[in-house]
Parts: sequence; C-alpha cells; structure tokens
Amino acid sequence: MERIPILKMGRFLLVTIQVDMHDRLALALQDDLTSQIVKWKARGVLIDISALEMVDSFIGRMLGTIASMARLLDSDTVVVGMQPSVAITLVELGLSLKGIRTALDVEKGMAALQDAAAGSDGNLSGADRDENSQF
Amino acid sequence: MRILSSERMELRSSEDIVSARQAVRKKAVALGLGLVDQTKIVTAASELARNTLDYGGGGTVLLETLENGVRSGLRLTFEDQGPGIANITQALTDGFTSGNGMGLGLGGAKRLSHEFEITSTPGEGTRVSILRWK
Repeated sequence: MERIPILKMGRFLLVTIQVDMHDRLALALQDDLTSQIVKWKARGVLIDISALEMVDSFIGRMLGTIASMARLLDSDTVVVGMQPSVAITLVELGLSLKGIRTALDVEKGMAALQDAAAGSDGNLSGADRDENSQF
Repeated sequence: MRILSSERMELRSSEDIVSARQAVRKKAVALGLGLVDQTKIVTAASELARNTLDYGGGGTVLLETLENGVRSGLRLTFEDQGPGIANITQALTDGFTSGNGMGLGLGGAKRLSHEFEITSTPGEGTRVSILRWK
C-alpha cells in the first residue's frame, strides 16, 4: 500500500504531504507517525502541507489527532506552509484547527520545535535539580 | 439557465472522493474561478462526497457548468439511496453528527457555496445540491 514518507532529522520527524490524500492514506500516516515517534524518541513532528490545495474536515481532524497523539507521546507538532486560500476556506468551513500549532514555513516551524524541545529539556533539568536539592 | 456541460461520477470509495475533488477542481479552473473560490467549492465537494459515502452508503455526484445570462457557475449534485435524514435542521447544525465526524460537513458546505439545496426522504435517500457562481 502507498505510504507517506516520514523523514528523521535529528530529534525531529518531518512529513511532507504531497499527494491528495484518500482517507486510508491519512489513517496510515497517523499509525506510522505514532510508531516512529516512539521508535526514535522524537521530540517534535513537523508536517508540511504547502502542497495541499485543500484541507477538509477529515484532513483537519487527522492533523488534530496527530497533534494530540504526539502530545501524549511527549512530542510537539507544528503544521507549516498552509496556503492562504486553504486558511480562508478552513475558517469559513468552521474549522479553526484549535490545538494545532502552525508556522509559515519549514524553517520557522523547525525553530519553533527546537525552542519547544529546548524549553522542555530546560524544565527537565530544573526538575532534576529540585529533586537533587531535596537530598 | 443553460447547462453547458455535465458529468456524473460514482462515489463508492475514499479514492472516488479524491477523483471527485480533482474533477471539481478541473471544472472550477475551466470556468475561470479564482484560487480561493476553487478551494471553497473543492472543499465543499469533499465534505459532501464524504457524507454521500459515509452516511448514504455511496452514490453519485453530478458536475454541471451553468450559464445564466451573464453569469456562469458550477453546480454539484450529490445523490444517494441511503437511510435519508429525518431532521435536516439538526443535520445542518455545526457540531451535530450521527457518525464519528465533526459535524461540519453540511453546514460548512452551505457556507462555502452561493446556493444550497437539500432534499431527503427517510428510507429513500438524500440529494444535496450546491452552486458557486463565478
């Protein structure tokens, strides 16, 4: 079966959706991404939708589901490259993609993931210090 | 109103939804719709095609290019012989869903179109028609 490739870039996973997805392909991507997050202990997922000429409620819901699943697996998700016509249509459709972080392009999206990962690493070491100070 | 071209497509699988989207995009481009208008009608078509498949058990879509005096437009009519919709007002409410979707399909498709018509008879099927003028 046809699959959407997932690339590993350091601590992050990169997905570029370049095909007009049918529903089973979208569901396969959810499955593949969650197992790859665990396999590589990925800290973030970047989903590039710049080639998508349309996002309907099905694809919108899939993006939301991926972000929620990734969150549960301690990974941040950023959706990048949405075309302006897609954004206009999504709002009129009634889908505001709440809970999904977006960035204008891959570079800004990567920077956002790096910041988020650095922030949570910082918190972690902070927590470690607190723990140590108790002893 | 004059019908300039018409084409009927089957909606039996999720691949058919993709084909229908692509056919709608082609017609919208041929009609000379701008990118935002193309995206709106393609998105509305995708929502309605999915409804036809998921709730109507499959059906057809009729794509028609129309001319009404100086205006031209694209009309899409989705038909199924499924269980039908008992309460159309409820079905048009955002957030209401009888399946596992988000309940945006019908209301969203209506907002993305200039004209919207729905007729449904429980036990016989549903017919939804949308039109976007250039």
